[in-house]
Amino acid sequence: MSVWEQLGPYLGSAWLVLGALAVVFGAVLALANRFFRVAVDPRQEQIEEVLPKTNCGACGYGGCAAYAEAVVLGKADANLCLPGGAETAVLIGKIMGLEVAAAAPKVAVVLCQGSFQNSSERFRYIGERDCRAATATHYGQAACLYGCLGFGTCVRACPFDAMVLDSETGLPRVLEDRCVACGTCAEVCPKNIIEVLPKERYIHVLCRNQDPAKAVRQVCKVGCIACRKCEKVCPVEGGAVHVAGNLAAVDMETCISCGKCAQECPVACIGNFRKLRREAKKRNAPAGQDEPAEQAA
Amino acid sequence: MDVGYVELAIGSILISNFVLMKFLGLCPYLGVTKRTSDSVGMGLAVIFVMTLASAVTAALYRHVLLPTTPEHTNILQAVGFPFPAGERGLVDVLRTISYILVIAALVQFIEMVLRKSVPALYRALGIYLPLITTNCAVLGVALLNTTDWKGSASGLPVHLAAFNGFCAGIGFLLAMTLMSGIRERLAESRVPKALRGIPIAFLCAGLMALAFMGFTKLFGIAV
Repeated sequence: MSVWEQLGPYLGSAWLVLGALAVVFGAVLALANRFFRVAVDPRQEQIEEVLPKTNCGACGYGGCAAYAEAVVLGKADANLCLPGGAETAVLIGKIMGLEVAAAAPKVAVVLCQGSFQNSSERFRYIGERDCRAATATHYGQAACLYGCLGFGTCVRACPFDAMVLDSETGLPRVLEDRCVACGTCAEVCPKNIIEVLPKERYIHVLCRNQDPAKAVRQVCKVGCIACRKCEKVCPVEGGAVHVAGNLAAVDMETCISCGKCAQECPVACIGNFRKLRREAKKRNAPAGQDEPAEQAA
Repeated sequence: MDVGYVELAIGSILISNFVLMKFLGLCPYLGVTKRTSDSVGMGLAVIFVMTLASAVTAALYRHVLLPTTPEHTNILQAVGFPFPAGERGLVDVLRTISYILVIAALVQFIEMVLRKSVPALYRALGIYLPLITTNCAVLGVALLNTTDWKGSASGLPVHLAAFNGFCAGIGFLLAMTLMSGIRERLAESRVPKALRGIPIAFLCAGLMALAFMGFTKLFGIAV
């Protein structure tokens, strides 16, 4: 008996049954689509289209869809998407019929230079390889109570693979081309040494230690000793860098990124990111390559 | 046809757990168990779809695919439709394909209804609902419900099939929750480098399956 003879009696009714099922389901779904349709603002879908769909949460909402909903309902501003940056803000503004001022691009900066070479340990920590766990144990093993513990909790938390743990220095490093300033790393760091700062400001104080100079020198070669030299050389009227609480701080509003304080700092705890970011910009501008720029340690 | 509710429940949840004993639905078992909240969401969605899909497919099986027997009537034969003669009717040619059709359409339908009438549940189930369309555990429970069950060729009656689907879903939720608990602990511990990630998850899955084999013949129930 051939296959066709075996199948013969079934074929007629088989395709009829399947066809009928398909028609019934099609009809039911079509009716459901009509009667159970939920009216969604068409702009919401358009906004979802232009968002990066990484669901990073940097805007403060649960994901790109939630943010799009909030924008359409007028609850959120159109320029909150950090990964999308100015481009996305303008596109959303067009959809919503608004003029949008683009948010200034930002980037995460690691504000500690307590590398293996510059600092030491108070005790040998043999627990969970996680900064938060280490902090729970006598504030961590690092000699500096304010400094990086180097277990890379921030590196693992980064949703964009924009951080690496430098094996030579033991410090995390931000790959600035990939960083979208979502702030996840800053949130998980138990020592609060990562901050999301404007990308157009090149001068940052790479130290968090608020102890007096003597205590700082005992634990770190590159910690801020609050000598006020930066205050003296700052050309900005009224000064863009001030020492308060034994720690220098740059005012992001008034700093002109001239780099004089970074040059003069006797312990080299003020970092100048000008060269790094200029080069990254130059490299990315003509060809549009996306090689990660690396922060000088 | 003396299958009791208790027997079905213990059988589907513990003795022949769909994930750990029948090895169905392993994709979400490893894919969605990184966080407990995710796996509970997925498990609830699966319970929901399995119950409904079991009921609909059992009805389809008894009233469209199988020829009329004293237990149930075939609608096609009843209205004088040319139905192939033979003991198993259209079962062998149409079962799998029509069940897939039913499950896919059902999930679509449920999604639309939920979105309109229970938006909170819709948001809670989220992405998992459409994903279940292609979950083999759902098709598996539909097929097993309608195979020979204790000598009866017509499978489980519709209400028992729905109950069995519900219990299979509970079993799935149980396996997912246990696994996600284990994996949340694993993420915090130091695993040898070669075993990090999926390999250690596979080892855990295997050990859990071994543990569940201990339920075989529990209370003398063989399912």
